[in-house]
Formats: sequence, C-alpha cells, structure tokens
Amino acid sequence: MIPAAPPTAKPAPDPSDTGRGAVAETGATGLAGRTDAAGRVGKRPSPFIVAAAVTVSVLGLLPLGYVIVTGILTGWPTLSALVFRPRVGELLLNTIGLVVITVPLTAAIGVAAAWLVGRTSLRGHRVFAVLLATPLAVPAFVNSYGWVSAVPSLNGLWSGVLIATLSYFPLVYLPCVAALRRLDPTVEEAAESLGSGAWGVFFRVILPQLRLPILGGALLVGLHLLSEYGAFAMIRFDTFTTAIVEQYRSTFNGPAANALAGVLVLLCLFLLIGESGARGRSRYARIGSGVARVTPRRSLRAFTPVGYLFLGGLFALAIGVPFWSVIRWLYQGGAIVWTDAVLVQALLQTVGYGLVGAAVTCVLAFPVAFLAVRYPSRLSRGLESVNYLTSSLPGIVTALALVTISIRFVQPLYQTTVLVIVTYLLMFLPRALVNLRAGLAQVPVGLEEAARSLGKHPFAAFLSVTTRFFAPSALAAGALVFLGIVTELTATLLLAPSGTRTLAIQFWSKVNDINYVGAAPYALLMIVLSLPVTYLLFARSRLTSVS
Amino acid sequence: MILTRRWALLTAIGTVALLGVTGCSAPEESSPGATDASTPSGSITVYNAQHEELTQAWADEFTAETGVTVTLRNGDDSELGNQLVQEGAASKADVFLTENSPAISLVDKAGLFAPVDDATLAQVPKQFQPSTGTWTGIAARSTVFAYNPSMISAGELPASLLDLADPAWAGRWAASPSGADFQAIVSALLELKGEAATSDWLAAMKENAVVYKGNSTVMKAVNAGEIPGGVIYHYYWFADQAGTGENSSSTQMHYFKNQDPGAFVSVSGGGVLETSANPVAAQAFLAFITGKAGQEILKTGTSFEYPVSDAVDANPAMVPLRELDAPVIDPSKLNSTKVTDLMTEAGFL
Repeated sequence: MIPAAPPTAKPAPDPSDTGRGAVAETGATGLAGRTDAAGRVGKRPSPFIVAAAVTVSVLGLLPLGYVIVTGILTGWPTLSALVFRPRVGELLLNTIGLVVITVPLTAAIGVAAAWLVGRTSLRGHRVFAVLLATPLAVPAFVNSYGWVSAVPSLNGLWSGVLIATLSYFPLVYLPCVAALRRLDPTVEEAAESLGSGAWGVFFRVILPQLRLPILGGALLVGLHLLSEYGAFAMIRFDTFTTAIVEQYRSTFNGPAANALAGVLVLLCLFLLIGESGARGRSRYARIGSGVARVTPRRSLRAFTPVGYLFLGGLFALAIGVPFWSVIRWLYQGGAIVWTDAVLVQALLQTVGYGLVGAAVTCVLAFPVAFLAVRYPSRLSRGLESVNYLTSSLPGIVTALALVTISIRFVQPLYQTTVLVIVTYLLMFLPRALVNLRAGLAQVPVGLEEAARSLGKHPFAAFLSVTTRFFAPSALAAGALVFLGIVTELTATLLLAPSGTRTLAIQFWSKVNDINYVGAAPYALLMIVLSLPVTYLLFARSRLTSVS
Repeated sequence: MILTRRWALLTAIGTVALLGVTGCSAPEESSPGATDASTPSGSITVYNAQHEELTQAWADEFTAETGVTVTLRNGDDSELGNQLVQEGAASKADVFLTENSPAISLVDKAGLFAPVDDATLAQVPKQFQPSTGTWTGIAARSTVFAYNPSMISAGELPASLLDLADPAWAGRWAASPSGADFQAIVSALLELKGEAATSDWLAAMKENAVVYKGNSTVMKAVNAGEIPGGVIYHYYWFADQAGTGENSSSTQMHYFKNQDPGAFVSVSGGGVLETSANPVAAQAFLAFITGKAGQEILKTGTSFEYPVSDAVDANPAMVPLRELDAPVIDPSKLNSTKVTDLMTEAGFL
C-alpha cells in the first residue's frame, strides 16, 4: 500500500531542501553513475560501509514505522472516529487549498524571476540574481512574524498563501536560474528561425526544458507547506501540522495526534508520487562535447519598467517587509533587548547543534552516497530512496515518533543531545546526500587507483585523493544541514534536553507572549547565521550550471 | 602554514560546537546532592507549565537563597502532564508546576507524586489545595470577559459564560481553545454543569466563537477592534497595562461573579515527583514558592497572578480574590482528559 521507496531512483526527489534542485539536476544529465560503474567491476563494497548505510537507512524508517504501527495498535474503530470527523475535513480543505494555490504560484514566480535575471538585459540582473535567493535565509516563521507586525489583521488561507509564496519561491527560482544557464541556445535559435516569436520560444522551447527543475522545486515547496508550523500558527491558519502540534500540547502523544499524523504522511506520499509521475521519462540534454555558447540576453523594450517592478516588488515583499519589521522592533527595544542573558547561550547552543548535527549527518550520509555512486545496485538505490522518504515527513511527525520510541524503548537516550542530533540526521540527511553524491560522482576513480598502484593503502589513497576532490561538496552538504538545523523549531522543542534554548525556541517563546520586541534579536541572529549559507548555495548553483 | 591555519580554524569551530552542545546538556543531570541531609543542595529539574518569566524569577531567588541549581523544561500544562505520565518512573523531573489544576491532577491520579511536606501544606489555605494532599496550589487566576467598549456597551455584556452559546453572540467573541487556560475553564464547566451541558455549550461555541492562539492574542484582537470580546484570564490585562498597554488600552474587563462557571478561579499547582533524585531540594523549592518570599514575587512581580498564601496580599491594582464570588470547586476533581476528548469531539483540536 505504502511504497517503501519513492519510484524515482536517480537523484530523485530529494525532499530535503533548498538548492538541491540545482545540484540534483547535475545528476539528471547523466554525470553520475555510469562512468564510475567501471570502477566497481569485480569488487564488492566493504561490509562496514554496507552495514553503516543499512543502519542509517533503517533508522530512517522509524518514523514511518511508528505511524503505521500506532495506527494498527489504535485499531480501526478508534482511528476512523478520529480521522472521519468534521475537524479533519476542515484541516484537509485548508491544507490542500494551501498546496494547490501556493505551489503553482511559487512555480510561476520562480520561473518568471529566473527568466528575468537569466535571460533579459535588465540592468543589475546580477545583483537581482543574488538578492532573490536571500529569502531562503529568512525562516518562514520569521517572515510571518515580520508580516504580522506590519499587517496585524493577517489571518486565514490567503495570508498563508502570501507568506508561504514569499518564503518558498526561491526553491523554484534557484534551480531554474541554474538550468536556464545550461540550456543549449541552438534549440531556441532553431525555433526562432522557424518563425516562433519570443513568447512562442518561451512556452514551447524554454519552459518544457525547465520541467525538471520546476517539478523538483515545486515538490520541495509542497513538502515545506505540509510541514511548516510557526508561520501558519502565527496567522491563525490551521493545517494538519498546526493541528498536530496543538494535539501534542493538549495530550502529549495521544491517539488523535497520531491519527492526524497518519493523514499528513499520506498527503506527503501523494505529493512524492505525483511529482515522480509528472517527471516523465524524457530528458533534455545537450549531446556531444564542447561548451555551450552563452545565450544572448533579450531586451524587454517597452516592458522594461514591468520587469523592474516585478523583481523589485518581489524583493521588497519577501525581504523588505520582514527586515523592516525586525529593524523597527529592534529600534523600539533599544539597547536593552541585547542584554537578554539567554541571547548568547541560545546563539552558542544553536551554532553548536548546527555544527555537530551537520558533521554527524555528513559522516553518516557518506556510506549511502558512496554505495550509490561506486556500487550502484538495487540495494544502494533502495537505501537512498528510504532516506528521501523519511526527510519528506514533517518534523513534527518524526519528533513525535522519536519521543515515543525513546520514552518506551531507549530510556537512556530520552531527552539527550544525542537524540536531538539523531532527529536532525533523519530530517536533513538527504540535503547532505545529494551534495555528497554529486561530489563523489565527479571524482575520477582512476586517480585513486593510480595512487593505489603506487603503493598507497586503499584507505590512504581514498583519503589523499578522493576526499580532496569532494571536500567542496561536503562543505556544501554540511552548510545545508546547518541551515536546516539553525531554523528548526518543532522537533527541537519536543526532543531537546531540559534547559535547552536555541534561537528558534527563544524566538517562538517570545512571540507567544506577544513580546515582538524581545523576539527581534533572535530573528536577526537567525537571519545573520543563515545568510552566508544562502550565498554559498547560490554560488554553488552557478558552479554546477557550468559543468 | 596554510595547513596550521586551517587546523586552527577547525579547532575553533569544534570548540564552539562542543561548548554549544555541552552547554545545554550539562545542567540536565540532576545530581542527587544531599539526599539524606536536610539542607537542600545539588540541582533540580522543574517541568514548568507556568509562565517562564515567573518561574525563572522563583528559580533565581531560590538559587540565591539555597545554592540549588534549577533547570526549567518549559511546556504547556497538558503536554507536560501527559509527558510525566508516559515517562513514569524514568522521569528526570523533580518538580511539576502548572498554570491550572487539571493537568496536575492527571499526574496525581497516575500516582506519581510524593506527599507534599506538611509544613508546606500549612502555608496554603485549604481552598487552594486538592483533597488528596499530594500537590498544592501555588498561585491563582480568574476568568474574565475582556471587551472593547467601543464595540459593545456595558448593558450588552453576558451575565453568564453560558450566554455566549446564544446565537446572538455568533462571531462576536473570541477564545484560545487550544490552550490549557481555556481548557481549565471548560473543565470547571464540566464539573459544575455536567457532560451533556458542556458538550452542547462547546458545539454552540464552535458556531459562535472566533478562535485565536493564545490569550494575549485574543486580548490583542479585542483591543484592535477585530472582535468585541473574548474569554481570557485576568492577568494578561494587568501585565499589559503595567507595560506599554499597547494591547489592552482600549479594552475593559468584565468579571462574571455570582459563582458562574465564568467566574471560575483556576488554581495553579505544584507537586514533587515520587521519583525525584533530589527530594529534599524539590520539597524545599515547593516550600519556597508557597512561602512568603515566593508569594511576594506574585505580588510585586510582573505576573499579576493571585498569591494563594494568607500572608501575602494580591497586587493592589487587582480586584481582591474574595470579591470575585467564584464557584467552589475541589481542584483535584477537574478532569483534563475528558475535556480534551470533548474539545476534540467539538472540533477545536
């Protein structure tokens, strides 16, 4: 009934996050896999690596297993009473409405923005290209806080659509910018020579070639919409995730929370399957060697002001509004808000969690990536898919599962830092996986073999040759995981040891007391921590677009 | 050269990471301290559903007096109550503090509390204690109807909480039903009027009420004229008035009185876990909160909750507790599970 693996095998829907579309695309053009398959002939992967990869992946199945098992244990009569009730109908309507409206909107805005900065001769397109990636550095719940500060009456579906669209459009925009740079201009020229106008070229040549990045980005947007809590709680818009958190507040992990989690998981699976179905089998790739010519930029002529208005307006709404609110609150609060004794502790703890979580995730993602690249097989593909599936589950579901499992079966881990790190691992592993995989695939196996033939121990050869090549990818992988952890709220709230205060937790606690002034320093610190990572992402999406 | 610089950077990053992670796990182990001696020492973990600021003020003062380190785990009443029940004997908590009675009586019914020291019980009048003696009231708060006089005249105000079920109130009042505060009010209604009446009232509320998240948000909306009135607790108003008043200056408070369910005074509870690794310090903390010094913090601090001790008066700005004419309820009879079931059934959760 529930497929153990999402149907797409390759760099597949990595439901992790940001920018992955851009990176994953590299794989889709066939960079990975085959060339390295040669390196595998006659060898078997080390049993340690296999064991590590299997362990990580089995761990990844815990949350889904939890939802299924509690569903069975609850029993159909109770479960159906909890699922088939008007409240669930309301939530379903809200949640589906949000996805159905927001996803196409982010796709349209993302593509339009990518085209404007990538293909037109608008002045300052380079600056805009970077600026439009920056909303990724503003967590959705901080964006919501900014908007609610500016327009206090925001609430309901349309406000949710507004905030979600402004927070998530870069997830489509980034991969589209990267893909646009890679397109072969000759195809467009051919269409033009056959009489297509500018619009015709866009809709019949460019758009179809952007299908994969758009779909990949749209899937990410959809999964974010399903799992976001803070942004929607702040504007009184109830989705499945906000309802699960409320149930958790009232019952800890009662059957109603688990029943809602079950429905939410089904929605996620539905999105995953829908996306992989829509991807289709056809691929667009440039055949042959050589470097693609840079496509000439188009002048917008009379529409130039419209182009500026669109880009400028988008930036103002997505970044201007939250920034203006944060700064206004900071100004109102004066110097005193910075004397909050917890501020430094929260900053240190957040950075600490982020660094340790990123390091652990990269190390444990490595065996899975290594198997996938060097020993492609049904097993390695299966392991990879399992991890994508887990991270597509909302954080609240994973957290709920791990709280219950640790309380009942692994008491020593309960409320420890270790458990928090494990949760981050499950939630953010694919972010690391996609990058490590792409990085490993680019390392020529021959060099490593040459080192070995010169008398190096295989492990030493690996260390001295391969790690050097893929260090930048590992760094990007770590940075992405770091970004995820810094802005994580729900899972940390549920699982962290008593006394833990991360920036997100403190921010949320202040916001709940309507202490918007006190929340502002935390908001600013989260943005400041995320900005360099966002820039790194942007820079990498350019790099991969060249390859 | 480059290599050493790189190592220096890595070491620095590693140090920050370790600092950050250990910084949060260090105080979590509650050291048994002087378990058999009578002077409190070591450290305790408090599962705190009370306002963080209030409990932090208690903890700081207590630490200053005794040297005992206090670590807070903040959460909501029912969340932490149910969590304690699930954790059972393995809980790392030493003390549980709530905002309302239902969650603490849930833990009590699971048999997880040690009896409260007699000296502590003697500090608190009987009306703020459960009949079981396994936990004690630590503070109290009153239900109020906050309203915006520009949208509703004094003559139109509801005489009883039950009146809000009337169709005339459709879309004209607000509440925060996902919070423990409102759920405690419903538990009082359940205790006073029975299950059928409560269920009907909730069904009518689903039609009439506009749902917000958090009592402060309800008050903010009433103040902004988004909605004429809302059911909240009294202290949100006083706390905001004591600050900038930006979320309450256009609102007034209506007390239901007449022993109406809407005049319900909710008792915040505190108890010591049977499994506490440091019961001496845990009992001392509870004694401190309910003692003169702890209760003074309620009077002079920014929480604006009512002290339960006879030795300390409420903040003079507030209506004295005895004038509120609240219904008489044994706090240990309030049932949180039934309330969440009823509210789930009514479609609020």
